[in-house]
Amino acid sequence: MNQHNTQRVVITGMGVVAPNGHGLDNYEQALRNGISGIKHHEHLAEANFACQVGGIPENMDTVKHDYLSEESLLAMNEAMIFGAIAAIDCWRDAGLPEPGEEPDWDTGAIIGTGISGLDTIGNKLIPLVDKGRVKRLGSTMVEQVMASSSSANIGGLLALGGQVTTNSSACTTGTEAIVNGYHKINSGHLKRMLVGGTEGASKYSWAGFDAMRVLARGYNDKPAQASRPMSASAVGFVPGSGAGMLMLESLDSALQRGARIYAEVIGVDVNCGGQRNGGSTTFPNPTGVQRCIQAALKHAGIDGSAVDLINGHLTATMADPYEINNWREALNCSPEQLPKINATKSLVGHALGAAGGLECVASVLQLSRGFVHGSLNCEDLHPDLEAYADSIVHKTEDSDAQILAKASFGFGDVNACTIFKTFNP
Amino acid sequence: MSNDVFEQVKEIVSPYCKNKEALESATAETSFLEDLAINSARLVDIVIDFEDEFDIEVSDDEADKIRTIGDAVTVINAKS
Repeated sequence: MNQHNTQRVVITGMGVVAPNGHGLDNYEQALRNGISGIKHHEHLAEANFACQVGGIPENMDTVKHDYLSEESLLAMNEAMIFGAIAAIDCWRDAGLPEPGEEPDWDTGAIIGTGISGLDTIGNKLIPLVDKGRVKRLGSTMVEQVMASSSSANIGGLLALGGQVTTNSSACTTGTEAIVNGYHKINSGHLKRMLVGGTEGASKYSWAGFDAMRVLARGYNDKPAQASRPMSASAVGFVPGSGAGMLMLESLDSALQRGARIYAEVIGVDVNCGGQRNGGSTTFPNPTGVQRCIQAALKHAGIDGSAVDLINGHLTATMADPYEINNWREALNCSPEQLPKINATKSLVGHALGAAGGLECVASVLQLSRGFVHGSLNCEDLHPDLEAYADSIVHKTEDSDAQILAKASFGFGDVNACTIFKTFNP
Repeated sequence: MSNDVFEQVKEIVSPYCKNKEALESATAETSFLEDLAINSARLVDIVIDFEDEFDIEVSDDEADKIRTIGDAVTVINAKS
């Protein structure tokens, strides 16, 4: 079926640290029950943010001690902690043995991040350097501020012996990591790739978006209503954080060790719209988006009509109606024929470099556990989306969907699309 | 005094130790890197902690000579 295939690529484990739930079962329940992870945060109010709501995973200061030693935590900032917990969960969920003295030469990792350790930079690095107290920084700065901080940390925690690296492509990052990992396995380079994204919740990461006026305003006293993808009253996205990880594995390896298979990755693509044809750093060239989705479908060897579900990028900005029009064009269908579509960001906010990770975990959970989660806060559908009303899922329903298309888009006019399918040997 | 310093040093280095059992039975001859399995990069942080805890300043040359708990106690006692 897949014309490029040398090794089929399946998903054999997942891990998630989300604002509305840690762990697959909690996350599934939160998605099914429409539980929002968006809360008001006093530190954002104190810093005079217009948007004082955000999605931050809860209880992680306690949970982290169940996963990470005191010694490890000395050199870990928030993005590294979220990423490590999700990666360890993913590893165990995949049924792999606890790491020993010998590296696992068959497994690598691509752990994306959008902004990385700005909490470390803002709270410690810059204040101490500006006071001329460089010596006081100690030994743990570099490993917390280097772009590859999370992948390097995870590579050590899990004794990974394959390629261990970081990708970064703004809000496309998490999904791009899956695409990149897919190629490593499909080409036969490695048996397994731990892929996904992680992002901390630093106010320093979020401030620039607030100043751009792209964050949701006017919902500080009703945080659960703040993230409103596809709504007529959408006024910007809600910043989020967390980590979502997937274990990609060659089908041969998965079958050989009797691993549980959640789903198959049957098609992938990444591209860039070149910031032409209406595209810019911050807005996508529609042709680029459509070509990316179509290339992923072609790679999967399927027509647009075979897609049962769409998990959109859908951030709750003015771009949402454009995105849905791009899906319709890419799938070559009428508005009424658009597959069921939902927006995970309505529940967790926009976790930037982790968004693709959190949303791909949500996508695969929906396929493997037979449901499609409702999108919150779009009862007042955007007027440009009225023709799509029957496709937009408001309340969670059971689903026998076989094929789900997931896309993420990011600053730089970059796009990523993955096609997931329920596993049939 | 010296015995108190010894115990304080043990307490300070504890978070950095990957071999906590060796710390429990530590003597003056116990080495930070080999016996306590402390990541060598972290010696920098341990010296900063000594400076804070004992209100002293440790030069880079002095820090380089600290290899055991006993070495640390000697440097600290000479300064405090």
